[in-house]
Amino acid sequence: MAENVIDVKELWKVYSKKDIDLNVEDEEMVESLDKSSDSVVAVRDVTFSVKPGEVFIVMGLSGSGKSTLIRCLLRLVDISWGSVTINGQDVTAMNKKELTEFRRNQAAMVFQHYGLLPHRTVIENVAFGLKLRGIPKKERRERARETLNIVGLEQWGDYYPASLSGGMRQRVGIARALVADTPLLLMDEPFSGLDPLIRREMQDELVRIQEELHKTIFFVTHDLDEAMRLGDRMAVMRNGEIVQIGRPPEVFANPADDYVARFVQDKRDEIRKTDEQMAALAAQSEKAGTPDVS
Amino acid sequence: MFPEAFKYSVAKSVNSAIKWLLNTHGSAFDSFSSGILSLLLWVQGILVSIPWWAYIAFIALMAWIATRKIIPVIVLAVLPIFIGMFGLWHLALETLALVITSVVIALAIGIPMGVLMAEARYFAEFIKPVLDAMQTMPSFVYLIPAMMLFGLGKVPAVIATLIYALPPVMRLTCLGLQQVPRPVQEAALAYGATRWQLLKEVRIPLAMPSILAGVNQTTMMALAMVVIASMIGARGLGQEVLMAINRIDVGRGFEAGISIVIMGIVIDRITQGLAKRWDPNRK
Ligand SMILES: Nc1ncnc2c1ncn2[C@@H]1O[C@H](COP(=O)(O)OP(=O)(O)OP(=O)(O)O)[C@@H](O)[C@H]1O
Ligand SMILES: [Mg+2]
Repeated sequence: MAENVIDVKELWKVYSKKDIDLNVEDEEMVESLDKSSDSVVAVRDVTFSVKPGEVFIVMGLSGSGKSTLIRCLLRLVDISWGSVTINGQDVTAMNKKELTEFRRNQAAMVFQHYGLLPHRTVIENVAFGLKLRGIPKKERRERARETLNIVGLEQWGDYYPASLSGGMRQRVGIARALVADTPLLLMDEPFSGLDPLIRREMQDELVRIQEELHKTIFFVTHDLDEAMRLGDRMAVMRNGEIVQIGRPPEVFANPADDYVARFVQDKRDEIRKTDEQMAALAAQSEKAGTPDVS
Repeated sequence: MFPEAFKYSVAKSVNSAIKWLLNTHGSAFDSFSSGILSLLLWVQGILVSIPWWAYIAFIALMAWIATRKIIPVIVLAVLPIFIGMFGLWHLALETLALVITSVVIALAIGIPMGVLMAEARYFAEFIKPVLDAMQTMPSFVYLIPAMMLFGLGKVPAVIATLIYALPPVMRLTCLGLQQVPRPVQEAALAYGATRWQLLKEVRIPLAMPSILAGVNQTTMMALAMVVIASMIGARGLGQEVLMAINRIDVGRGFEAGISIVIMGIVIDRITQGLAKRWDPNRK
């Protein structure tokens, strides 16, 4: 049994209009791919591993390859080079049947845009993964109901996703992932479509669920706050490469290069700005005497 | 002018191909023909045995399910009574039998073909120009060979109607499947859906509004074909129109024409309403 839940080695993903057989040792080829407008190197030579029970965060600007990386873990896109090993199974080498089995039992994914089935009720959506596995209707409904309790949607089982708010839909997405009862959870910017208050709430909920269930979580975000709140370790991506891996406070304190520094700097500025604003507010209210709260 | 030297005609070879088909495979066409004819007569037998008020009741019920409004129900239920008042009820049933038979065959072929088009890109590339040809070719061009191969009467009418009415359901089935949002499909795949499960659980249900729009269009086109089909001996309302034209009896032609329009409206509103009910995004 492998020690790591996720082991990614020298992973490359090239999106190309033409059929190409990537060979990264061929430097000329890589160079021409970089120049060509027909191809995008979305993930470049990425190596990392995630230990059991860890919440691993991937951060980076838009287009830095985060979603592509998470898709590679389930092989939702073809992997161009390198290997992905999950729970000791080599995902890269699987045939169709093994891959289907692997997706059903080893990892469950939460999507940024929910990916719920609009023609199925909430409870059917939650039970969908179980249905694909061929679990009988009664059992899967029961399990789906229990999981809806965990995410606080017990009365919403018979509604259609269209009648739910964004936060509630994402809870359905999370319930669908939890009910699959897989050791690994993959989450691609699950909270970025939500307003700040609900996002907070959902983050707290995830922390609570994690304390209860001790999953391994691979979590993509572009929000440093979120990374600091949830992450045990984090990786920062730029143009498909990982530029720094470490514990969030370390990354925050010692950015490896300019890019990461700027990333972190925004956050620092923000903190400074809010501090100044708070100070200004405090000064103002002092001047005005008792603040008017009507 | 187009140079004489490039002149080349395929008319002769098409003629001899049809002749060859007739001579060598005539019996195959005959048995195919009698198969379709017995299906058609079976449908017609059932339709004729149903009393007229049962149709009215059925239409009212379907209109209620489809629209849930009282006025469309009344209008749609009253309109067919005019067909009976004109004395065209029986002819209308013959037309209906022709339409139902053609549409059932068209759907049985068209929906699976549409799925195949969406699944296999090369097949789609190959079949699209064929569909274009089926829709733009003037119907008389294939009406005559159909008549030569399948004899006079209802069977070539079914075949011609099929050729004319098949493309929309194929196209719209394919289009509906292709328009299913990527993220929904990706989510299903991520949870371990096989290709078949993806099709059955996600793509076909989500393509249903489009498929039903195709069914609606195919039905309307089949109805539009009945007048033309009557020229090769299919009876029904089309024949009535044709006879009225021959005798320059404008009033009689008007009655038959209005009857076809009424059938069209009733079928259209009901199938459209059902399609809307089915739309998953409206729930
Ligand atoms: N299906 C695709 N075909 C071609 N190029 C793609 C495809 N998907 C992504 N890309 C490209 O790959 C690069 C990485 O995209 P990716 O979606 O992984 O970024 P991301 O970090 O998830 O961004 P975001 O924060 O906006 O979600 C981008 O340049 C993008 O244009
Ligand atoms: Mg993304």
